[in-house]
Amino acid sequence: MLQIKDVSITFNEGTPDEKKALQGINLELHEGDFVTVIGSNGAGKSTLMNVISGNLVPDVGGVIIADKDVTNLPEFKRSAYIGRVFQDPMAGTAPSMTIEENLAMAFSRIRKRKLKPGVTKSRKAEFREHLKTLNLGLDDRLNAKVGLLSGGERQALSLLMATFTNPNILLLDEHTAALDPSRAALITNLTKEVVAEHGLTTLMVTHNMQQALDLGNRLIMMDKGQIILDIRGERKQELTIEDLLKEFQRIRGEQFESDRAVLG
Amino acid sequence: MLLSLFGAVESGIIYAIMALGVYLTFRVLDFPDLTVDGSFVTGAGVAAISIVNGVSPIVATLLAIVAGFIAGCITGLLHTKGKINALLSGILMMIALYSINLRIMDSPTVSLHSQPTIFSQLRDIWPAGIDSFFNGIFEAVGSRAPATWVIVIFMFVVVLAIKFLTDYFLKTEIGLALRATGDNQRMIRSFSANTDNLIVLGVGISNAMVALSGALIAQIGGFADVSMGIGMIVIGLASVIIGEALFGKKTIAIATIAVIGGAIVYRIVVTLALRVDFLETGDMKMITAFIVIVALVAPKLLQARKEKKRRIQKRQALGQVREGA
Repeated sequence: MLQIKDVSITFNEGTPDEKKALQGINLELHEGDFVTVIGSNGAGKSTLMNVISGNLVPDVGGVIIADKDVTNLPEFKRSAYIGRVFQDPMAGTAPSMTIEENLAMAFSRIRKRKLKPGVTKSRKAEFREHLKTLNLGLDDRLNAKVGLLSGGERQALSLLMATFTNPNILLLDEHTAALDPSRAALITNLTKEVVAEHGLTTLMVTHNMQQALDLGNRLIMMDKGQIILDIRGERKQELTIEDLLKEFQRIRGEQFESDRAVLG
Repeated sequence: MLLSLFGAVESGIIYAIMALGVYLTFRVLDFPDLTVDGSFVTGAGVAAISIVNGVSPIVATLLAIVAGFIAGCITGLLHTKGKINALLSGILMMIALYSINLRIMDSPTVSLHSQPTIFSQLRDIWPAGIDSFFNGIFEAVGSRAPATWVIVIFMFVVVLAIKFLTDYFLKTEIGLALRATGDNQRMIRSFSANTDNLIVLGVGISNAMVALSGALIAQIGGFADVSMGIGMIVIGLASVIIGEALFGKKTIAIATIAVIGGAIVYRIVVTLALRVDFLETGDMKMITAFIVIVALVAPKLLQARKEKKRRIQKRQALGQVREGA
């Protein structure tokens, strides 16, 4: 469903601030894969997300979604394949517009926008059904401005907006990081449900190792613009935070040793 | 007195079309577009020169709308494709339009004296009964009657039609995306909307409205002048701000009617102010600035006072309960 082939990207090339954000990344997601991505700050997780969403164009390499090469497709065209939820709960919705209008815009993600009303009676009924699945009482507040909702409610709405049109790829960029623990747990559960229900191919970045272990069928760890660990299937189910830390130490420790050998 | 108020309402409704255009850029798109000063004259100039050259007034007005749309689109392109700051793209277009307008009109002023206009044509088919009916009301309260009611009634119909079209448009799928472009660009891009095209379209429509307003003003005043657009953007803004302060902005439908109301109120206030003895015609820009400042500051002061009163009441109520206990 998603293929990332040999993608490299370097920021500020040739200056003292040069940063190799991604170095020859290869990643393939099959339909229905739910991959969690962990790694420290600056590991390249967000850059990877931006390359997939079309926010950044890779220096070399390509991105293929649903057998279509989208490497040079601008962000807004690529969004036809991609549902996204951002870290900032304010980023995924239009605050001065109503819940139903926001949903109507999400509805148009995979259709050409026309000069006909965005919110119709039949769509309203559909939106209400979708909102009911969130169990937040938003289905009674279709005409409320989204700016009046709490961060958790907005993020739940963002998640719904990103998923109810069945995107080929769902990108979640630390989408629970800005919420309090109970809201974060709520969104995490919703994520689990909605991905399972639609069988969405998902890539989720998180800083929460427990979350990365609980969700999905595959886990990758990034560091310095490379994928340094890729665990899937049964092995992932048995994985603990302990194991992850050890594994990180082992891989990066080895490299540290070899660096010292070179320098020594 | 009543007659000059009538005149204020008359021109107020025509400037309301321009104010709706300004509302579209400033409020909906969040794009401070200064093209207005130029595109207003473009509309007036295109309409005037077309009429002088024998084009029918209605077609001339339509040509003015197209010219305004193109001018707005260029501003939008400068901003989106040229990556020029929004304010600066508007300013650049505004000064470029000054020269372009001179070229269009071929002289600083084009007179429409004894030429047909939309309004003169309407007056020809206007049933006299309507005028005498309304004039009867004016005479009953002891005022001189205006020359004709055709402008005011026709313009009310036109402005309301534009208002309802705007309301409808802003609720269509494209309209929703346009509003989201002004609200949260990153979000609407992630829902596959081409924000660049939407900005170009929005600024284009806005300036089409401004040009229409200019074309109508030229036909009422009987001339187009290359400097008639100076300060137009401030008048448009004043209308939007006054309207929102007086009538609210809760929904699109309320906001657009508020803008129309604001444009009329602005004209009335200016007319009344100019009747004050120590103020002269030249003070008009200062009066405008003053009105905008009042419209911006007064609602905040009122709100603060209301909050304070509420707090004092709440504390007093609490104090009484404690005393009682």
